Amino acid sequence: MLSPINVSIGSLNLITLAPMILPIVGALFILIIDMFKSGLDKSMFVMLSLLVLGIDFALLIESAGMFRANGTIMGVFDVMLVDGLAILSQFIIVIASMLFIPLALSQKRFHEFSYPEFFALFLFMIAGFQFMVATDNLILIFVGLETASLALYTLIAMHNRDKSFEAAVKYFTMGALAAGFYSFGSMVFYALTGSIEINQIATVLAGNNYADIGFVLVGVVFLLASFGFKLSMVPFHTWTPDVYEGSSAALAGYMSIVPKIAAFVVAMRLFEFLIHSGVVWLEAVLYILVIVTMTMANIWALVQTDVKRMLAYSSISHAGFVMAAILIGTTQSNSALFLYWVLFSFTNLGAFSMLWISRQKNLLPGQSSDHTFEKFAGLVKISPVAASIMALFMLSLAGIPPFSLFWGKLYMIGSAVSAGYTVLALAMALNSAIAGYYYIKLIVYMFMKDPVVGYRGDVSSINATMSLRVIIGIATVGTIFVFLALNPLLEFITSFVYNSGY
Amino acid sequence: MVEHILSILIFFPALAAVLGFVVHKDSVRSYGVAVATIEFMLSMWLWLVFDPTLSGMQFVEQIALVPTFGINYIVGVDGISLFIVILAAFFTMLGIASLGETKNIKNMIITLLFLQMTMVGVFLALDAIVFYVFWELSLVPMLYLIGAWGGPLRIYASVKFFLYTFTGSLVMLVGMLFMAYLYHRTTGNWSFSILEWYRLQLPFEYQIWLFLAFFVGFAIKVPMFPFHTWLPYAHGQAPTIGSVILAAILLKMGTYAFIRFSLPLFPDASVYFMYPIAVLAIIMIIYTAMVAYAQKDIKQVVAYSSVSHMGVIVLGTFALNVEGITGSIFLMIAHGVVSGALFLLVGVIYDRRHTKLMSEFGGLASVMPRYATIFGIMMMASVGLPLTINFVGEFMSLLGFYKQSHILTLLAGVAIIVGAIYMLTAYKKMFFGVVTKDENRNLPDVNKTELLALIPLAIVTVWLGVYPKVLLEPISTSVKPLVEFMHEKAITAEAKARISTMAVKVDNTKIPTGEAH
Repeated sequence: MLSPINVSIGSLNLITLAPMILPIVGALFILIIDMFKSGLDKSMFVMLSLLVLGIDFALLIESAGMFRANGTIMGVFDVMLVDGLAILSQFIIVIASMLFIPLALSQKRFHEFSYPEFFALFLFMIAGFQFMVATDNLILIFVGLETASLALYTLIAMHNRDKSFEAAVKYFTMGALAAGFYSFGSMVFYALTGSIEINQIATVLAGNNYADIGFVLVGVVFLLASFGFKLSMVPFHTWTPDVYEGSSAALAGYMSIVPKIAAFVVAMRLFEFLIHSGVVWLEAVLYILVIVTMTMANIWALVQTDVKRMLAYSSISHAGFVMAAILIGTTQSNSALFLYWVLFSFTNLGAFSMLWISRQKNLLPGQSSDHTFEKFAGLVKISPVAASIMALFMLSLAGIPPFSLFWGKLYMIGSAVSAGYTVLALAMALNSAIAGYYYIKLIVYMFMKDPVVGYRGDVSSINATMSLRVIIGIATVGTIFVFLALNPLLEFITSFVYNSGY
Repeated sequence: MVEHILSILIFFPALAAVLGFVVHKDSVRSYGVAVATIEFMLSMWLWLVFDPTLSGMQFVEQIALVPTFGINYIVGVDGISLFIVILAAFFTMLGIASLGETKNIKNMIITLLFLQMTMVGVFLALDAIVFYVFWELSLVPMLYLIGAWGGPLRIYASVKFFLYTFTGSLVMLVGMLFMAYLYHRTTGNWSFSILEWYRLQLPFEYQIWLFLAFFVGFAIKVPMFPFHTWLPYAHGQAPTIGSVILAAILLKMGTYAFIRFSLPLFPDASVYFMYPIAVLAIIMIIYTAMVAYAQKDIKQVVAYSSVSHMGVIVLGTFALNVEGITGSIFLMIAHGVVSGALFLLVGVIYDRRHTKLMSEFGGLASVMPRYATIFGIMMMASVGLPLTINFVGEFMSLLGFYKQSHILTLLAGVAIIVGAIYMLTAYKKMFFGVVTKDENRNLPDVNKTELLALIPLAIVTVWLGVYPKVLLEPISTSVKPLVEFMHEKAITAEAKARISTMAVKVDNTKIPTGEAH
């Protein structure tokens, strides 16, 4: 007869669950409200989501304080792992979400925002990402990943355009493939080590001195492919431009930031110990992956005729740039990853929001896609402020100092140099130069060409409302003045990464 | 206030540019002239309070920016940078004052003021990252200037200019990060301060690689052969003011950076690369002079002659002795004044005829006598006639290099004669003979606005040609310890021998060294 299991509630450390449970509760709450009274305006749901995210943010500050005092916290049968990486990435997830959700309050009425389910799914998705980063249990990572991804597919499809359905189905198919790869890879590691916790796997593998290196490599291949899909690494990137094109500009901007930081954190947990234990093969594959992703995405971006597709390729390239941090694997490079992603969030969300405010309901005659380069031609003559802000985001993405992303690039290349990867550093620098061309191309259109006859003058801000302007204002201020806040930010990130042992 | 004068010099134009958005477009011209004049006055005040007997950095300011990664805002001025800063303020003032009828003049003046901030910032920065920030930022206003107000191929020219320079500087950035990493490895602290980097003695192999990384960035900016192809396009398409600023100031960033970074940081590599660079410089002098001779467009002639003279500056810098470096710094000023003035002069005739082809002119001397006179003076200065400003610089640069290699100096000297040929031919085609085209018969001579810019330049050209000592003394006061420092820092025997301190030892006793604040 089995004896009853005695677990005290205190030892479960349920507080570690709080930041993830909260969005779920919020989402259910939104659904319940909808059951009682339907037809409520989107503004109410936006504000509710914002409030939930605000409390979530406060809880994160709380756990950050606990991490500072006591170090890494485990909870719920040691499944939850709240370390510096988890906290930092959750900060990025929640802040980016808070910047995203007010973009729903656009001037034009778009289909998806009239459903309360949109906001419920949005909050479920955030909870999924938060679970994904705050554990080193392969199953919980999988659950979080799938919760978030399924919600995201639906959010894309709700945009209700032909291209959106195409995008959602494409993303879903690719995502399902990635999920298959992931589960297979995890299975291999479970078969090898009898554990589904990354730190256990690492201990067991180190214990038998990587005796089954062949099987480890098989597992790594599957996991790498799976994360290749999620992080849109070349050659697993093919879905990205189509999905970005099919979804609304705001959601595309969101997708370029939040899902990726979650995937980066998991990739860091998984691959870091393998690289440090001298799996040379993985290092070589990652090296190739990083260089190819940066370079090819840049070259494809050069020939795009649509700004949103151009930005899609540019975010693939940025993801490749940041993936270098995992290859380098020092504390400096891992801090650089987070620093880069914080700065990138501001700039990229700003750039996509600028597309969002220029989004009209239907295409004009002769317009091939939503955001062609021609649409922005001569913008400086029509709306100098909008043109200057867009140019600012482009310069920042190109890495022109002193705007935000330059500092990320500086620190990232610096970490490559310090770790002895001089060739990689040069490749990163030269890729920034290639990228310069397509960012400058938009500036050339806006500042040096004449407006295309037939486009309405107010097209650049047709979708603008107060809340959209506020978001863009925040992004602009963040992009210009970040160098004043850089030192505390860097110290904060470095101490969190260092104290998590990365 | 005087201890913050450098920050004021850097950020005053930027502040004025931001406020300029509010100024009404009919008054923005006067506003621009006023701001640029105040900035010039401030730079003259800096000259006044500058102590020419001190060799170290003066008016140093330091504010921590990202101390975790060793990035600080550090600015300072010495004899090497002082006059280039004054030149930058001087030319922005003259450039804005002589602006003709321009579309979107408000945007142009705001752009010029931002450009001025970046130019002054580059020459005053003593932290590599702050230097890099201004260096890169200067590309953006120039991109806009060429791309928005340029000729028919303006977009191609501006994007080429941007990408070329941007690529070079990114390689330089990797070099800077490696330098900071070496500093970190040696001392345990991160630092991007140039003065602290000076103290780092590097092994020879590191010097070679780092020298090359920095060289790519600087050489594209100068621009040295074979990286010079962006410049003729940029000059050909840029509006007059763009060409003037580009030739007078922006190109000097490259040669200045050689003296500020490459020489003192990597003395052995500088000696190692002395001959290859000298050969490149001489190719640049001869080849571009010949190309200039083949041009039909007067602006291209001036553009190629400007590249050709930049070659002499590089040659003087890599003479690695006091005469050569002092001469090259003086030649930077001289080249700025003369080529800037020539571009202004080309702009004058372009405004009247809307063509720059020399075959369209002829016999202008009888139609526009004042214009012909000023053009003549500037042309003579460009050729290097004694008693003009260019002569002093070229002579000293070549004298300096003569100590290193006789034969190469001789070649460079021959090239200057080629320079005389194409300039005189161009002058002959434009100004002498009979008036062949009817459109040229009634061209108005230079007007008051244009004279306002040209007369001061002509005066400076002759004044500093006759009495260069006012500039040479402060410059050489700062150059002497630099050369001495390089001599001491060098690790290879060849470098010790090549970097001669002979001239230093003669009157070293009376020069007090040390830093002043």
